Amino acid sequence: MSTLLDLEIESRAVILEVLPSSFSPKMAEMGLIAGAELSVAFKAPFGDPIAIELNGSLLSLRKNEASLIIIQLI
Amino acid sequence: MTLKIGLFGNPNTGKSSLFNMLTGLNQHVGNFPGVTVEKKYGVIKRSEKTFTIIDFPGIYSLYPTSQDEQVVYDVLKVPNHLDFPDMACVVLDSSNLSRNLLLLTQLYDLKIPIVAILNMWDLVEKRGLTIDLSNLEKTFPGVTFVQTNARVGLGKERILEALEKTVETSNYSPVIDSFELAKIEDKKSQENDIKSRYGWINEKLPHILKTKPGVEERTKKIDKILTHPVIGYLIFLSILFTVFQFIFSFAVIPMDFIDLKFSQLAEWVGTTMQSGLLNDLVSQGIIPGIGGVVVFIPQIALLFFFLSILEETGYLARVVFLMDRLMRPFGLNGKSVVPLMSSVACAIPGVMATRTIADWKERLITILVAPLMSCSARLPVFTLLISLTIPNEDIAGIFNLQGIVLMGLYLLGIVSALLVAIVLNKLIKIKSSGYLLLELPSYKSPRWKNVIINVWEKVKIFSLDAGKVILSISIILWALATFGPGDTMENEAKKREELLASSALSEDEKEQQIASVKLEHSYIGMMGKALEPVIAPLGYDWKIGISLITSFAAREVFVGSLATIYAVHDESEENDRLIDRLKKEQKPDGTPVYTLATGMSLMVFYVFAMQCMATLAVVKRETNSWKWPIIQIVFMGILAYTASFLTFNCLS
Repeated sequence: MSTLLDLEIESRAVILEVLPSSFSPKMAEMGLIAGAELSVAFKAPFGDPIAIELNGSLLSLRKNEASLIIIQLI
Repeated sequence: MTLKIGLFGNPNTGKSSLFNMLTGLNQHVGNFPGVTVEKKYGVIKRSEKTFTIIDFPGIYSLYPTSQDEQVVYDVLKVPNHLDFPDMACVVLDSSNLSRNLLLLTQLYDLKIPIVAILNMWDLVEKRGLTIDLSNLEKTFPGVTFVQTNARVGLGKERILEALEKTVETSNYSPVIDSFELAKIEDKKSQENDIKSRYGWINEKLPHILKTKPGVEERTKKIDKILTHPVIGYLIFLSILFTVFQFIFSFAVIPMDFIDLKFSQLAEWVGTTMQSGLLNDLVSQGIIPGIGGVVVFIPQIALLFFFLSILEETGYLARVVFLMDRLMRPFGLNGKSVVPLMSSVACAIPGVMATRTIADWKERLITILVAPLMSCSARLPVFTLLISLTIPNEDIAGIFNLQGIVLMGLYLLGIVSALLVAIVLNKLIKIKSSGYLLLELPSYKSPRWKNVIINVWEKVKIFSLDAGKVILSISIILWALATFGPGDTMENEAKKREELLASSALSEDEKEQQIASVKLEHSYIGMMGKALEPVIAPLGYDWKIGISLITSFAAREVFVGSLATIYAVHDESEENDRLIDRLKKEQKPDGTPVYTLATGMSLMVFYVFAMQCMATLAVVKRETNSWKWPIIQIVFMGILAYTASFLTFNCLS
């Protein structure tokens, strides 16, 4: 099972599941829900935070947020 | 008939441009009832109807995660709320419909009549997207859609027409049946509501949007440079350097001018008005008090001018991205960078800028350490004390010792802010939900109207907030310095007058000496003397004690107080005469008062001490209790005392 953390820059993936957290509604409203397609655009030093491309816009998230997102490469 | 129109939209959709376009400078700022979130509204009169347009904070959905967003939920869940809109104007970024439609579906299900603004319509074609408008209208029966481009001011008339025509519709087909906002309170049902809405949107979207949008190519290219792990930081540092260079070298010109005009005005009133208590109050209390507020406006305006440009272009979000990891070990957030930067000009707008930090603990720590950043009010104090006690020498031929000390004081402020943040992070027992989840908007050229309105608002908030406090404290301090117990003040003044009668001093010099004697025997003089035993270990005497008390209103008052105490009337901006006088000041044993040790100790004291009532008032407002400002003043006071004690004893 891989998470968003394992995704290389510029490869694409689809979200299988977003693990529950105290900010689950925030993740959902930004479009991070099962079925959404994303790719990694760039990363800050130490790979944290990362910027992803989702629905045509750029979104940045911390490592611990990315680790909640279960993905499958496409 | 007055209609309340709520303006809603995601962040970065051009909502504020649209608000500025609709209302122009006819804007008012108030607060939403019970909270400190700003409520901006503007009134537009059309033939028969009057619209009050209320600008709600930018949100992605109706469910709140920060204080700003909470307001929207609180207002909309109560249909008879004072600010509940009669109609909603929902701003959509046409080039990013999927996420933007989420908010539209929620507002739609609240059964508020809606005018939906397809903003940035020009980008749709530019990016090769096709939006099927008639299908979009069919998907939301009853909603009026208007295409605009607020950046260039297109569509104002069409929006107003649509607002006039739009009425409650019977033709309404809900996205989610019987949606009741007040009932969706827990996170799980909020998440489920969002998920089912996205499900619905994904089903409809293929009929509306013919092509799937990608991130704009130009933005991708710019990000390759600006978020580069090495070049990105170098660029950020050089931007910082340039901004502060501007603030410190250019703002001085209008500041000196303001300073001069206010002292001229005070003198003019002092000599023209009938002499007496009222004259003294106006010329020594009120005018210098107002001057003390106005003098900071140039720096604050310049700083916010630059910050607004950076925000408008989309660059500030990248700063957050670059700095987030670096700030986290300190219990701060990437979003803490802007408030801390603002605090270098003034902590008041800095503390207010923390509202964007959603996590309460990270926000609180940012608020608590922001006043440790060296603000512009400390500069006059530092400049005076440096020229007084630090030799004007070059080190290694290139570095000026005075310059190094000044830079050291600024660095001390920054480093201690970060260290204190680490300690507070350990001490404050609030659970942090720390997340970032920040949209990085496409790069755009700044909209000057937004920049100017933003600067204007910040200046207004500063003048009113800080102004009230500084002015009232100036008046209290004036009273404490003008009156004394019994008639000792008058008697002492008379004694000195008789003593001086035969001296060769000029009238001016005599008057200054008498003023100094009066101050010594005033209430504030007594307070200074009472304070002496406490501050003697730091190397200060009662005269410095008086200045410490008076500068509690605002730090820069320190210089003026010393001038009065030492009976030096100094017009020059370099304070040459004051410095000469202070250099001659001796302790009872004949050694100078203003030694290197005392000077450094005082400067260190000003780095740490919370000598600013206005900031305290703002912190009280932003944290909604006296608890945090009190904690802040206590820990900063302890820090100041300890650090000054150590400095004085190490150097003497």
